[in-house]
Amino acid sequence: MVRTASPNKLIEICYEIKKNKGLFLMLLPTIVYFIIFHYIPMPGAYVAFVDYNVNKGIFGSKFVGLKNFQFLVQNGDLWRITRNTLLYNFVFLVLGNIVQIAFAIMLSEIGSKWFKKVTQSIILLPHFISMVIVGVFAYNLFNYDYGFANMVLTSLGLERYEFYSDPYIWKYIIVFFKIWSSTGYNMIVYLSAITSINPEIYESAYIDGASSWKRIRYITLPMLKPTFVLLFLFGLGGMLRGSFDLFYNLIGNNSVLFPQTDIIDTYVFRSLVGTFNFSMGAAVGFYQSVFGFILVVIVNAIVKKIEPEYSLF
Amino acid sequence: MSYRANKNVIRQGLSDNLLKIICYISIGLFALICLFPFALMITSSFMVEKEIITEGYKLFPKRFTVSAYKFLLSNPQKLVNAYKITIFNTIVGTIAGLFLMSMAGYVLNRKDFKYRNFFAFFIYFTTLFSGGLIPSYILMVKYLGLKDNILAMILPNIISAWYIFLMRNFMKSIPDSLYESATIDGAGVFRIYWQIVLPLSIPALATIGLFLALGFWNEWYNAMLYIESPSKFPLQYFLQKTINQTNVQILINQGVMIDISELPNQSIKMATAVVATGPIIFLYPFIQRYFIKGLTIGAIKG
Repeated sequence: MVRTASPNKLIEICYEIKKNKGLFLMLLPTIVYFIIFHYIPMPGAYVAFVDYNVNKGIFGSKFVGLKNFQFLVQNGDLWRITRNTLLYNFVFLVLGNIVQIAFAIMLSEIGSKWFKKVTQSIILLPHFISMVIVGVFAYNLFNYDYGFANMVLTSLGLERYEFYSDPYIWKYIIVFFKIWSSTGYNMIVYLSAITSINPEIYESAYIDGASSWKRIRYITLPMLKPTFVLLFLFGLGGMLRGSFDLFYNLIGNNSVLFPQTDIIDTYVFRSLVGTFNFSMGAAVGFYQSVFGFILVVIVNAIVKKIEPEYSLF
Repeated sequence: MSYRANKNVIRQGLSDNLLKIICYISIGLFALICLFPFALMITSSFMVEKEIITEGYKLFPKRFTVSAYKFLLSNPQKLVNAYKITIFNTIVGTIAGLFLMSMAGYVLNRKDFKYRNFFAFFIYFTTLFSGGLIPSYILMVKYLGLKDNILAMILPNIISAWYIFLMRNFMKSIPDSLYESATIDGAGVFRIYWQIVLPLSIPALATIGLFLALGFWNEWYNAMLYIESPSKFPLQYFLQKTINQTNVQILINQGVMIDISELPNQSIKMATAVVATGPIIFLYPFIQRYFIKGLTIGAIKG
């Protein structure tokens, strides 16, 4: 077939628009929305390569090339926040999946429908509240003067502990609240994968004398593997994106805790509201977007190899 | 049945029961851990200020008082105002979002729409790559002039690529023959969407509407970035401000004379948190069913 020349193509598009005017009109607001809120900011990432001056605007400011990036590498900020982001996300991903799978299997083993329903609802509850409330919980628990944890410590005859000035302990508190708030969601995904397993497989295993332990080990876990691999891989694809709302509501502007708790997203945010160093923040944001994109593309290529129908594009 | 098989069944029963007990205990414990912060927050809001100051927040206080709630009731204007803003954002954002996204999902699902794959990718690409926070912020503030505008809390979350695809995937179950016969009967594309597709998509609308409403109810991030005047603070952002201050002055209307040192500051903070979460906790038993359903339809595959 001969390729259509571009004028013909234009005519074709015009014809198509005329024919499906109604459909185009219905899609138009959404397309305009994505252009304004998602596509227009993309070239705005250019601000990462200038010395931003509010009065001159993005494209009027002085071009400085890679100087912003160079500065971030030299002062060690980029390495520190990348390391923190990757480590936190990796722990969230590994520990999170273990906990989610464990509770999904345990829920499926339970006989009492009532108990199952109630506990499942309770475990999902934290997903419904805002991270601001999680920040309130942390204050409620770890506040120096009135916190519940310090009340327990003093009643045991121990000294009060200054949680809000010890960066190391917050690593565990952050991981705890992450697991606390996110277990319910994926647990239900895993649970629905378990309930879709053919019950006949379990019955025949039971007749052959396999104990519950063995049925879990040799039937449930292998059957969950595809779900796990997919969730895990897509989690890996999002490794550079941080949970800003969790970190910000727990840590806030407490700079004492930053060495262990600063991630890419909190750093970018502070460059916006705290230091007003837009170019530096944009440089980090650009770095995050580019490497995040590369990561997703790599992960998608892997998924395509293992399970082609689940690949994203 | 042979002796050996019998013994096997008994052994099987024993280890199965042991596993069941472990399951019940660990799930029960984890559920308690999930509930614990809520319970502590609620009991703390009923504590006497003196007991908080001398002994800290407790799960089982010696005395209960409703003085924190009495204070909130006697100075309700600011809290009520924050509620109004949040309800406004939630209703407007959810309805507008559902309307726009269901239309987009419908168009992308029409087989006679030639460029549907192109537009689907156009929308999808935004989930893979973004300009980042700073360019978006400059756009919102400098070029759209949305600083301190209520729309700044609604617009950024109104349309999501994921929900459009969730909508489209749901609509795939509507047979094409229905469109064809409606077209033959003389219905236009919008009429087909409004009178046929929307009523058939109520389960998807309910689920996505729930996700959206929850997002708008819990919204504080855009408020923190763009909103300056306290009269436009939504509930969660208002709560965040209240908690982060040493006293609860933010709750009191200007001009009202109250001795701040006499206020039960600590229990008021917790009472504000309870009031801000209240509706979700009350509605939770009714809405979680839809949520779980939606989760299992749209899980993994976008």
